This record gives sequence, C-alpha cells and structure tokens, in this order.
Amino acid sequence: MKVFVEGVGIVGPGLNGWQASQPVLAGTVSYVEAAIAIPPNDLLPPAERRRTGIPVKLALAVGCEAIAQSQRNAAELPAVFASSAGDGDNMHNIFDMLAKNGREVSPTRFHNSVHNAPSGYWSIATKSMAPTTSLACFDSSFVAGLIEAATQTLANSNAVVLIAYDSPYPQPIHEMRPTNASFGVALVLSGSKTDRSLAELEISINRNNKPGTSIANAELEAIRADTPAARSLPLLTALSNLSLHTNRNSGEIYFDYIAGNQLAIAVRPC
Amino acid sequence: MERNHLHPLQLSAFTLSTPLGAGLSATLDALRAGRTGLKRCDFLDVDLDTCIGRIDGLEQMPVRAGLAAYDCRNNRLAQLGLEQDNFIAAVSAARQRYGRERIGIFLGTSTSGILDSELAYRQRDPETGALPKSFNYAGSHSCYSVADYVQQVLDLAGPAMVVSTACSSSAKVFGTAARMIQAGLCDAAIVGGVDSLCLTTLYGFNSLELVSSRPCRPFDADRDGISIGEAAGFVLLEKAASKIDPDSIMLLGVGESSDAYHMSTPHPEGAGAQLAIQAALHAAGLAAGDIDYINLHGTGTKSNDAAEDKAVFNVFGGATPCSSTKGATGHLLGAAGVTEAIISALCIQHGFMPGGLNTEHIDPALKSAYLLKNKQQKINFVLSNSLGFGGSNCSLVFGRAMR
Repeated sequence: MKVFVEGVGIVGPGLNGWQASQPVLAGTVSYVEAAIAIPPNDLLPPAERRRTGIPVKLALAVGCEAIAQSQRNAAELPAVFASSAGDGDNMHNIFDMLAKNGREVSPTRFHNSVHNAPSGYWSIATKSMAPTTSLACFDSSFVAGLIEAATQTLANSNAVVLIAYDSPYPQPIHEMRPTNASFGVALVLSGSKTDRSLAELEISINRNNKPGTSIANAELEAIRADTPAARSLPLLTALSNLSLHTNRNSGEIYFDYIAGNQLAIAVRPC
Repeated sequence: MERNHLHPLQLSAFTLSTPLGAGLSATLDALRAGRTGLKRCDFLDVDLDTCIGRIDGLEQMPVRAGLAAYDCRNNRLAQLGLEQDNFIAAVSAARQRYGRERIGIFLGTSTSGILDSELAYRQRDPETGALPKSFNYAGSHSCYSVADYVQQVLDLAGPAMVVSTACSSSAKVFGTAARMIQAGLCDAAIVGGVDSLCLTTLYGFNSLELVSSRPCRPFDADRDGISIGEAAGFVLLEKAASKIDPDSIMLLGVGESSDAYHMSTPHPEGAGAQLAIQAALHAAGLAAGDIDYINLHGTGTKSNDAAEDKAVFNVFGGATPCSSTKGATGHLLGAAGVTEAIISALCIQHGFMPGGLNTEHIDPALKSAYLLKNKQQKINFVLSNSLGFGGSNCSLVFGRAMR
C-alpha cells in the first residue's frame, strides 16, 4: 500500500508539536525530558470541554495540528482513532463507584467511558459528519490504526486523519498495565501525491521477523517501548530526517504487530 | 466526499448466540415463535429494576484449555459462540484454502472483559489498595482481549484488531474487513462481536435514565428505554467463489457516518443515520426501493427511535417494512451490529421478516412501516442500522447472491 503523509501532529513528554519535535527526533537538538504540555484547544464548547479527559485533549491537539499542515478541512476528513485503553482515569473512577454502596455512576463518566469518546468529541468539535472509527490492538494499537487509515485512503480515494493516543492508568490498574507516558500522534494520509505531501510511505505486512526499529536516544526509546501510541516514534524520526535533510535516504522501518506479523514501512522523499 | 462501490463479499459461514439461544436454529426458532430472551434482572447482585438478556451457563463455562489467561465472561461467551453451527470447522477449511496468516480477525466489543475489573475493585487489598493478583488485564479488561483470544482459538495469524465504537462496533467491522480484503492484506476475515453483561453498562445506562423497567418496546408510544443483553456472533467473510450458490448471502454495502451532535443523544433529525443509510445504499449500487426489509437499530429509547424513524422515512418513505429485533434479544451493544447482520442474513435465507416484540401501540409520531407480526415473503435485500454513542453510525446492506 502506498500512501502520502501530508501532516503530522505530536505531543508527548518533551515533544511539543511537530515543528519543535523534528530537530529533537533527528538528533540535531538534544531531547529534554519534561512533563507533557497539551496545547489547549477551543474547538469544543466550554461545557463539553470541561467534561473531557486527557485522551480527548491529546486527540484534539494532534489531530488539529496535522490537519492544519495538510490544509484540508477537518469537517470532510474521515478519522481513525487508535488507543490501547482509552481513558483510564475515567474507568478507574467508574470502577471505584461501582465497588461502593449506591453504585452511583455519573452519566457523564459513563458516556465518556466508551472507547470512541474522543472520536465523538472530535466530530462535535470539528462539525464533521464524516466516518470515524476507534480501534484497539493492545501494544500494537498505533500499527492497527495505521493499517486501517491506509486501507481507508485506498478504498475511498480520500484523505484520512489517523489519531493515536494513550495515557497511563492510575493505581491500582496501573500496576497491572504499567504504561507511564501520555502521548498523542496524528498523521494526515492521502492516497495520491499533492503539493503538501511530506513523504511517501510504502506499507506492507510481512513475517520476515526482523527486529522492530528502535530509537537511538535512550530516553525516547524508553517512551517508545512504554507507550503504545509512542510506538510511532521510529516513523516520526524517519519523517524528521527527511524533512530536515539529516538523512534523505529512503529507509525501511519495522513495527512489531501481532501473531508473528510485522508492519514494514519504506519512507521515501516526495 | 468520494466513495467507491463495495466489492461484494460472501458470508460463507456464520453463527450467533444471544439470549434467544446458542446457534442459528435456536435464534430462528425464537424469532419465528415471537419469543423474547429478556427476563427480570438476575445478574450478580445488581439491584436495578430492569430486564436483561443474560446467557445461561457462562458462570460455569471455561475458556478453551491452555488459554486460562483469557478467562473472563466476555471470552467465555466468545468460546460459546465459536462452538456453534460448525463455525470452527468452516474456519479450518478456510485456513486450509488460504493459510492461517491470510485470514484477518476484526471484532467489535464495547465491554470487553471489564466485569473482571469491576469485581477486582471489590477485592482491593485493604492496606495497599492493590487488585488481587489473579486479575489479568491483557486477558480480560483490555479492549483487544477478545480478538487476541479468538485468533488463538481459531489458530489464525493474520491482521487483527478490535473496533470499539459503542453500539455500532460490530457493524463497522464489516467495513474494516472489506477494506482489508480489498487492499490485499488478507483473503478472508472473521468479523463479529462479543459483548457481555457488566455493571458499568447496567448502572451507566441507568444513570442516563435510558433503561426500561419492562422488556424494551421499540417504536411503542410508551417506550421508555433499553433492555441490556449479551451476545456473540461471528461471520466468515470472503471473496465470492466463482461457482456461487445462488442463495448465498452477500455483504453488498457498508455506510458509515458521524452525528457531530452529542455524546449520548442522537441527532434529533437523524441526519447522521440518514447519511450512513445513503452511503450503504450507494456502496451497494442499490436504490432505496430495492430494499425489502430494514432491521432497525430500534433501541426503545424515545430519542433513538424518533431520530432513526426520521432517517428511515426520509430515505425510504413510509412503505418499506421495518422492525427492531431488540424486543427479542435486548440491546447487545458491541455485539448488536453482528447480531442484526446475521438476523438479516436469516431473513433472506428463510424468507421472513420478524415482527417487533413487546410493542403494543406504535407511536403515531413515527412514520416508518413498523412490523408487529412476522411476515413470510421472498427477500432479496436487507438494510441493517447500527447507531452508537458518540454519534457513530453504520448501515449494512446484505443480499442474495443471485436474484
């Protein structure tokens, strides 16, 4: 499958937007670990915004950033959302209430508990009636989202925005699912090259059993290994190298997927 | 937005287990007899005044030997579902034809195995707050758990993922599978959905005042909410064989849209649902007049049925027969889409339309041709709607291979 990247959004610990993150990922500026700073977003009405948790904020921030670069209209773009676990804080609160007498689950917490809550808020915020889907594939959730987004661009001859996000569970579930970073990434993908195309991606699934691509910087590598959405970092690094001319060679990167499958991506300049 | 026609796919095997019974013949018998699977809530210590569709025996049923790490109500239900209608044998034959890495798994669920987390929170260590060591997140609560489990039971190794878009989840998996096959990433796919009773959905829908105290009455003037149930349904989807049985059931169209309106209330004019219906008809290359029967989402809430009725009336006028089967099955949430897809297939195979149960007086404000009694008639094309929280809509069109 051949698709083109038209826009990138990123927010993670010490990674504040695509512009600032590219030299960090390309290795020309040092990575400085810092608490995540999710840029505020005023697309949602204040009443709705107050009800949202970290995943919705991550999704809105990175989705809007990537779409702005693509110069496309968010209201017309199908959107693919991928997350291992959705909103862990919200689920913790519900489980806590259900374990108490009365079991008074808040209606807002309940409607926010659906895995597709960020896509629901996204469509309200962007006034988009285009299709959205919300996927999960444990540690491979970003990979599953990328596959779904790529097949959508090909099936519908249309651009698609992929939005992947994850945030840690609080205790006590955290001990059972110990991911530690909040991370969001978005890619606008199109099936044909445009004047906004940043790179071409040739995507395939294989069973060659090559080791998954890692990140040279140890701190970033730790985030990649920890957080499902941050599994995108090798791809974002390759895109950074292309755009900053630190490495214009087309490179293959490999993602561990499931059941012995790998996702291979050849990243080429446009 | 540009959309292309769908390349039709054959439903070469399918199976369904709901509160109506395990397997297709139990489902068909109950639908023909007009029997509901809903009864007073007797699930754990739930103290709500409601009716549920609980599947008997899951409490004692094991998951498959060797997969104990996946033991939870949702995966037990998946196992029960897989064991019906010779489905595993049909998948084995497909595995021989295509190879295990060429068959994808795309399943919908809204609950996954979160019942295990709910129960584990009752057993937190009084000093540390820790969950019991027996709790296994990846095998139960994790949203992906059911696809992981089913992939291992069926000994497959193709692409897999879970779609979790609330009540449209296991309708949207048909779209994912069709795109994956079209892109050449797999030759066939297991699609379906598994959703199981848990406290989050029962108390959550109750908090939104969307749960009826009686068996749900879709399209009734006095309808007052849903009855929650649990189910597992699976379909083997593949490209049509060159020599196809004329009575084979085909997936002809998938249409998806978003309401962009509210998280838990549908667009009052049914605008999103209407877009999904029109997209599904377009993908199938059919006109509204071609559809013989519509299996509605029809949850039995005031707002869903009013919005869906507007969408259906706007596209079809008031002539096309339609009904909701949720009076029989309950609202199966993440498994609703595949349940109603399989019921649609049974309607085509057996030439009947199920009348909606429990409904006594059709709401005069609703203008669609809602069926209260079963009707025997040759059926070539069925449209099935699934409309979920977050404004996630999906319509599917199924048809007979040769008309």
